[in-house]
Amino acid sequence: MSHPMNKFVRSNIAKLSAVLVIIQLAGCASLGVQPWERDLLAKEEMTLDAEGIDLGLDDHIYFSKEATSGGRAFAGGGCGCN
Amino acid sequence: MQLIKGHKNSSHSSKAKNISSALAAATCALLGTPAMAETVDEGWQIDTALLYYGESDRVTALEGVVAGKKDFGDEHIFSGKLVIDSLTGASASGAAAQPGVQTFTRPSGNGQYTIAAGEIPLDDTFKDTRVQLDAQWTQPLWEDMRGSTGIHISNEYDYLSVAFNGSFARDFNQKNTTLSAGLSYAFDTIDPEGGRPVPFSEMVVDVGQFASEEAYENAFDATRQEGSDDKTTIDLLFGVTQVINRRMLMQFNYGYSMSDGYHTDPFKVLSVVDSQGLTQTLLHENRPDERSRHNFYWQTKYAMDNGVADVSYRFSTDDWEIDSHTIDSRLRFNLTDGSYIQPHFRYYQQSAAEFYQPFLLDGDPAPQFASADYRLGEMTAYTLGLKYAMTLNNGNELGFRLEYYQQGSKNSGFSEPGVLQDLDLYPSVKAIIAQVSYSF
Repeated sequence: MSHPMNKFVRSNIAKLSAVLVIIQLAGCASLGVQPWERDLLAKEEMTLDAEGIDLGLDDHIYFSKEATSGGRAFAGGGCGCN
Repeated sequence: MQLIKGHKNSSHSSKAKNISSALAAATCALLGTPAMAETVDEGWQIDTALLYYGESDRVTALEGVVAGKKDFGDEHIFSGKLVIDSLTGASASGAAAQPGVQTFTRPSGNGQYTIAAGEIPLDDTFKDTRVQLDAQWTQPLWEDMRGSTGIHISNEYDYLSVAFNGSFARDFNQKNTTLSAGLSYAFDTIDPEGGRPVPFSEMVVDVGQFASEEAYENAFDATRQEGSDDKTTIDLLFGVTQVINRRMLMQFNYGYSMSDGYHTDPFKVLSVVDSQGLTQTLLHENRPDERSRHNFYWQTKYAMDNGVADVSYRFSTDDWEIDSHTIDSRLRFNLTDGSYIQPHFRYYQQSAAEFYQPFLLDGDPAPQFASADYRLGEMTAYTLGLKYAMTLNNGNELGFRLEYYQQGSKNSGFSEPGVLQDLDLYPSVKAIIAQVSYSF
């Protein structure tokens, strides 16, 4: 038999959790910048694949020499590299 | 309109331009097409690079890259890449070092090579040229949504890999959040010189026991399988990119990779040693024909006042029981408006595959799978590098990169019988990476 008080506490905890989750989601949504604040992010060197040639060459070296590949991009396919 | 014909009156001409722009905008508005700013033909962005990779006493590779990218308007972007590399030198065969001279048969079956006492056996047969072609098309599909599709081909003498990929990316929250999902399917075919060895077959070494050349060839052929083999790989990649603030950007990726088919390295062997640690025979390795991997990748870029910090961490785990951690960081410091230096540090650590064995013990029951390839063993590696790049007077960029890469293999708990205790079974590999790049 559950006590009515327990029910009350449980439902309040559920509500509180829901509120916390919503606050956190709202927090995520508030991350970021306005379009006019993109001066630094718009620089070529701030793109995630800046220096793509270097990254591609590195991926090929480490693919050939280590047991892990991918992460940044697709892992698959390959070569008979030694 | 007659006014501007044949005249160099700038005010008239600019008025005429204004009028024509206004007319164009009005026409676009009437036709319902967006009145874009004048489409500027950006032309091709070409990046080229030449890379040298040299290990001390082992592999040397030279790799050339030409990549082109063009925006055909409204973010309809084509990018293509051609890579050619040539590889020569020696690679660890998997056999254990021994106190005496060892003789091995080349993987092709034609000829032998010997390894001095105490040295790790390196097979110096490798000589290969590889050509790689990539093409990728990316374009907006509808509001805030982009699609991208591409093909990747890599071909060398005994290996062909063809892959197709497709992905979607959608922006949210004023383009501060981007979600992406992609799929890649790769089909690899391998047809090694001398054929694929029969798993765990003994390496046939001609030490005068054969009555004729034909007898040797028959014995060698008995260790080989007919025809080529293949492997398919399916990759799924999900990503979230989030702008944190005016200076910081983060990316989280989850990748799942599943491969099915021939994973064995046809050039790798295992030494079978007795209780004294002395090699009795050499067996060709055998790997499982399936592998599934999970990759978790996090990257952060931070815009400093005079540069960029780029740090990433990757955790990877798979059903071969290889877990790995990778930390990669690049710190760009702008020296002037058109030049920068960029130190690079990378740390990598992996655990051994469950079927990794540095050698097999004579008399032990035969395992289902085994490989002595050090790249599947416990390993720690680091890279230290420096890049310097400058923008030339003509606006093109010239860059130089010099790095040092070192791999340290470790014994992951195998006891070493007899003579093996005095030999270096896990030598480190040291390499220099040098690169020149030019973009125009």
